[in-house]
Amino acid sequence: MPPLLEVTGISRRFGGLQAVRDLSLSMARDEVLGLIGPNGAGKTTVFNMLSGFLAPDTGEIRFDGRPIVGLKPHAICRLGLCRTFQIVRPFPHLSVLDNVRVGALARRPHMADARSRAREVIEQVGLGDKVEQPAGGLTLADRKRLELARALATEATLLLLDEVMAGLNPTEIEAIVALIKRINAFGVSILLIEHNMRAVMSLSHRIVVLNFGEKIVEGKPAAVANHPRVIEAYLGEEYVHAPSR
Amino acid sequence: MKWLAAAALGILLLLPAVLNSYAVTVFIFIFFYAFLGQAWNIVGGYAGQLSAGHAAFVGIGAYASALLSVQAGLTPWIGMLVGGLLSAALGTVVGYLGFRFGLRGFYFVLLTVAFAEVCRIVALNTDAVGGALGYYITFTGNPRQFQFQDNRAYYYVALGLMLAATGIVAWIERRRFGAYLIAIREDESACEALGVNVFRYKMLAMVISSFLTGVGGTFYAFYLFSLQPNAVFGIPLSVEIVIRPIVGGAGTVLGPILGSFILSPLAEASRIYFGQGGWSGAHLIAYGLLLIAVVLFLPQGAYPVLRRLWSRPTTR
Repeated sequence: MPPLLEVTGISRRFGGLQAVRDLSLSMARDEVLGLIGPNGAGKTTVFNMLSGFLAPDTGEIRFDGRPIVGLKPHAICRLGLCRTFQIVRPFPHLSVLDNVRVGALARRPHMADARSRAREVIEQVGLGDKVEQPAGGLTLADRKRLELARALATEATLLLLDEVMAGLNPTEIEAIVALIKRINAFGVSILLIEHNMRAVMSLSHRIVVLNFGEKIVEGKPAAVANHPRVIEAYLGEEYVHAPSR
Repeated sequence: MKWLAAAALGILLLLPAVLNSYAVTVFIFIFFYAFLGQAWNIVGGYAGQLSAGHAAFVGIGAYASALLSVQAGLTPWIGMLVGGLLSAALGTVVGYLGFRFGLRGFYFVLLTVAFAEVCRIVALNTDAVGGALGYYITFTGNPRQFQFQDNRAYYYVALGLMLAATGIVAWIERRRFGAYLIAIREDESACEALGVNVFRYKMLAMVISSFLTGVGGTFYAFYLFSLQPNAVFGIPLSVEIVIRPIVGGAGTVLGPILGSFILSPLAEASRIYFGQGGWSGAHLIAYGLLLIAVVLFLPQGAYPVLRRLWSRPTTR
């Protein structure tokens, strides 16, 4: 069986900026892979290429053994790869239920089926008491859950989560980490961009670190956290050899 | 709500028995513009793609069925489908250009206006369709030629058109297609990410909308018996089409009908009172003021407000 996701040598340039350079990575089924790096490292550009919102200049992306470069986002979603947005994009005038139903309709064309599937997912992410509320009025934490629920409702086998924890308080983060673990336990693989190191370390089976568009380190969380190149990327060279307290 | 709709329908069916000919005419325009507004509602209201050039589809449908009837003897009952298909073909072109190249908001508005204007200028300068003099249909009063001696026949045809379009919109709203259109209006990128083929659904909305509008063109031609490029392809007609659903509630099933019942009598009254003495066109000022008021105070139109008032006593 081919790996779930196989990325070989993708690059993307914006004018004079090489946003992503020759990136390769692969993901196994049921894996949680963390994608980290300082601001501007190219993480979201990678997500945009994987989900079809941007075409890579070079390189190949295979999902479930199938090349997906050149496919539109909706087609990639239907293959089972669904992304969330860093800046959440709920349908503000629609209720939570109607929001999630749009995702569910991808696999269940009948409104009633999609509706019941949407209800299940809403319960699963803990928005059960807000089903009828318009999405525009939710708190940030709930909007992030909604974003997750919509993606989940498409019955994706691989979820790309772009900073689902940004802006949340520690309690909310704990809850969403537990939620992501549960989703993963159901057999959904997860690729996540995250700045919250504790969360990313506890969730990920492996971590890929980007800096200036290039992969600098890849490995188990513990190994990555102490890697000199990672510390250098985040804090600067002078901290690499600084005595730890 | 069901009873209310049935009662309203019953009244509308019986009304011509008691109305004088002038009142029947007012109702014909209410129904006809509600029909056009409903057709626009699919792409403009539900999908949120603001076409301001729907007059182009009316004009194409009108000229097509009139020419086919006069030149080739084809009954307008079939000609209206031909006109609808030709309009749908133009809708496909406009939609393709707009949606494939991602024209949003004002840019899409400008594209649709531009196409309508091109149609108008072509019609003005094509002698075969009467050019600037317009195209005239000789009245025979033959129902097979979509011509009726009795004004009340037009009343029922217009009512039928309005009800048919409303039925189509209500049907769409309850289906995946409708749910997708509403979501597209909210956020296209989010839709793409959730597996919605945004381009396909916007195209479909545009094609259905332009087809229905083109069908309406036949009614226009065979009710007025004269086609003037400046009137039938003009921006004022496009505005008439757009303003009713917006005032009544764009993206709702009853919005275009409500808007037409509000605006058509208003236009009629201002024509009567301001029509003479250099005040003609004052209804356009009234439209402008009303549109400003709606945007400021009822941005979602009148229907959602009415529904809230209606449901309040029962929910509390």
